[in-house]
Amino acid sequence: MKLITAVIKPFKLDEVREALSAVGVQGITVTEVKGFGRQKGHTELYRGAEYVIDFLPKVKLEIAVSDKMSTKVIEAISKSALTGKIGDGKIFVMALDEVQRIRTGETGEDAL
Amino acid sequence: MKKILSKFGLFSFLLLGLTQISMADSHVEIPAIDSGDTAWMIVATILVIVMAIPGLALFYGGLVRSKNILSVLMQVFITVSLMSILWVLYGYSLAFTDGGNMNAYIGGLGAAFLSGITADSVSGTIPEYVFVTFQLTFAALTPALIVGGFAERIKFSGMLLFLAGWLTLVYLPICHMVWGGGLLSSWGAIDFAGGTVVHINAGVAALVLALCLGPRIGFGKETMAPHSMPLTMVGASLLWAGWFGFNVGSELAADGTASLVMINTQVATAAAVLGWISMEWLKGGKPSMLGGASGAITGLVAITPACAVVGPMGAIILGLVASIIAYWACTNLKAALGYDDSLDVFGIHGVGGIVGAAGLAILMAPGFGGVGYGEGVTMASQLMVQLKTIGFTILWCGVISFVLFKIVDAIIGLRVTAEDERNGLDTTSHGETAYHS
Repeated sequence: MKLITAVIKPFKLDEVREALSAVGVQGITVTEVKGFGRQKGHTELYRGAEYVIDFLPKVKLEIAVSDKMSTKVIEAISKSALTGKIGDGKIFVMALDEVQRIRTGETGEDAL
Repeated sequence: MKKILSKFGLFSFLLLGLTQISMADSHVEIPAIDSGDTAWMIVATILVIVMAIPGLALFYGGLVRSKNILSVLMQVFITVSLMSILWVLYGYSLAFTDGGNMNAYIGGLGAAFLSGITADSVSGTIPEYVFVTFQLTFAALTPALIVGGFAERIKFSGMLLFLAGWLTLVYLPICHMVWGGGLLSSWGAIDFAGGTVVHINAGVAALVLALCLGPRIGFGKETMAPHSMPLTMVGASLLWAGWFGFNVGSELAADGTASLVMINTQVATAAAVLGWISMEWLKGGKPSMLGGASGAITGLVAITPACAVVGPMGAIILGLVASIIAYWACTNLKAALGYDDSLDVFGIHGVGGIVGAAGLAILMAPGFGGVGYGEGVTMASQLMVQLKTIGFTILWCGVISFVLFKIVDAIIGLRVTAEDERNGLDTTSHGETAYHS
C-alpha cells in the first residue's frame, strides 16, 4: 500500500477531486496549508510599508491506496492539478505499512 | 463655528436689548428652544458616538495584527467612557465657561459637576444638556484618535492616566482657546469643527508618543500587515457617515450653513479617496482598500475646519491636495524619519488637519466659491492667523504631551514588557482572544 501526499493550488481542488473519483479513489483527506517552494512568496504594500509574504496558501491531499492503484492516482493528480505555471505543487509517495478501519476492525487493503 | 455663533449671539443680544428698550417691554425674554435644531443636535451627537465606537475602533482594529485587535478596541472603548465622565466632572466647565484672569487659556470651574445646569438651561437654540453632550463626544473622540500612534505596545493603565492628563492639559485649553472665547478665537482663527482642536492635537500627541515609546519590536523587519481590511473598511465607512454629525452638528442648528457643511463633507472625502488611490496607481502600485480608507479619513479631517467657509468646488480641491500630501507623509516622510506611528495618526490627522486649517484661508475666497473674508481681513492675513494657530497648537500639544509622557512613564510606565508585546496585548493585557479556530 502507498500513502500519497499531494500539495496543490487551492483552486485546483475540485478538478483533482473529480479526477480521483473517476479512477476509483474512495476517500481523501484535505488540509489547508501554507508553504513555499520555487514560486516563493509575493509582496503586499500597506501605506508604503512593503511586506514579503513568504508562505503561500496551498491545499494538501492525503490518499491511501493499494500498490496497483498508485500509478493511476499519481497520474490523475498530476494531470488535473497541472497549469504549467510555477507553483503547481508536488506529489510525495510513501510506503504504507498498515491501515485499519476503526468501525469494523478490518486491516490491510480491505480497510482502504 | 462657535466664534461665528458667538458673534451672532452678541448681535442678537444687542438687537434684543434695543427692541426691549424701544418697546418698553416688561416681559423677561426667555431664550427659545428650537425643536428642529434640538432634534438634529441629538441625532448629531449620537452620530459622533458611532464615529468613535464602533467606527474608529474598527478602523484601527482591522489595521493591527490579530493578536492585538481586542486591545485596540478596548483602548478606544474605555477611553470614550473615561473621557465622558471627566467631561461632566470638570471638562465642560474648563472648556466653555469664563475663566476670569485666565480666560485667554482656560475656562473656570463654575460649571464643574455641571452645577447650575438644568433641563431648562438653554445654549443658543438648544437645551444646554444637548450642547454639553455634543461637546462631550468631541472630548471623547479626540483622545481615542491618539490610540493609533501607540497601538500594539502601550500599557493599558499608563495609557488611561496619560489620556486623562492629556484631556485636562491639552484638549481642554485648546478647546477653550478656539471655541470657548479664549486666545486663538481672539486672533480670528477659523476652526469650524475641530481641525486644530481635534485633529492637529491628536496627530501631534500620537507622533510624540510614537517617538517617546520607540518602535514596536520587529518594526521594519517583520511583517506587520493589517489583519483585517474588511473591518477597517467598515470602520472607515462608519467614520465617514458619523462625521456628518461631527461637521454638520458643529453648526449647532439645522440651517443653510448646515447644508453647505453637509455637501462639503461628502465631496471633500470622495475627492480625497480618489486622490489617494491615484497616488498609489501613479507610483506604480495597485489601488488598495487601505488607500481608499486612508484617503477618506484624510478628506474628512481636512474639510473639518473648513467645511462652513469653503464652497463645494473648494472642498474638492482641499480633499485632493490633502490626500496627496498625507499620502506622502505616510509613505516617504515616515520612512525617512523612521518613527513608528503604528496607524499613521500623525500622517493622516496631523497632516490632514494642518492642510485643512491652512488651506481654508485660501479656499474661502469668493473666487474659489467660498464665503469670503471678514471685514478688514485678507487672504494673506487670514492665512497668517491660521498658520500662527497651527504653530501654537503644535507647540502647546507637543511640549505638554512630552512632559506628560515622562511623568506617567516614571510613575506607572507606558510600555508593556517585551514578552507581553510578543505574545500580543489581547491575552496579556485583557485575558481574551479575538479569534478561535
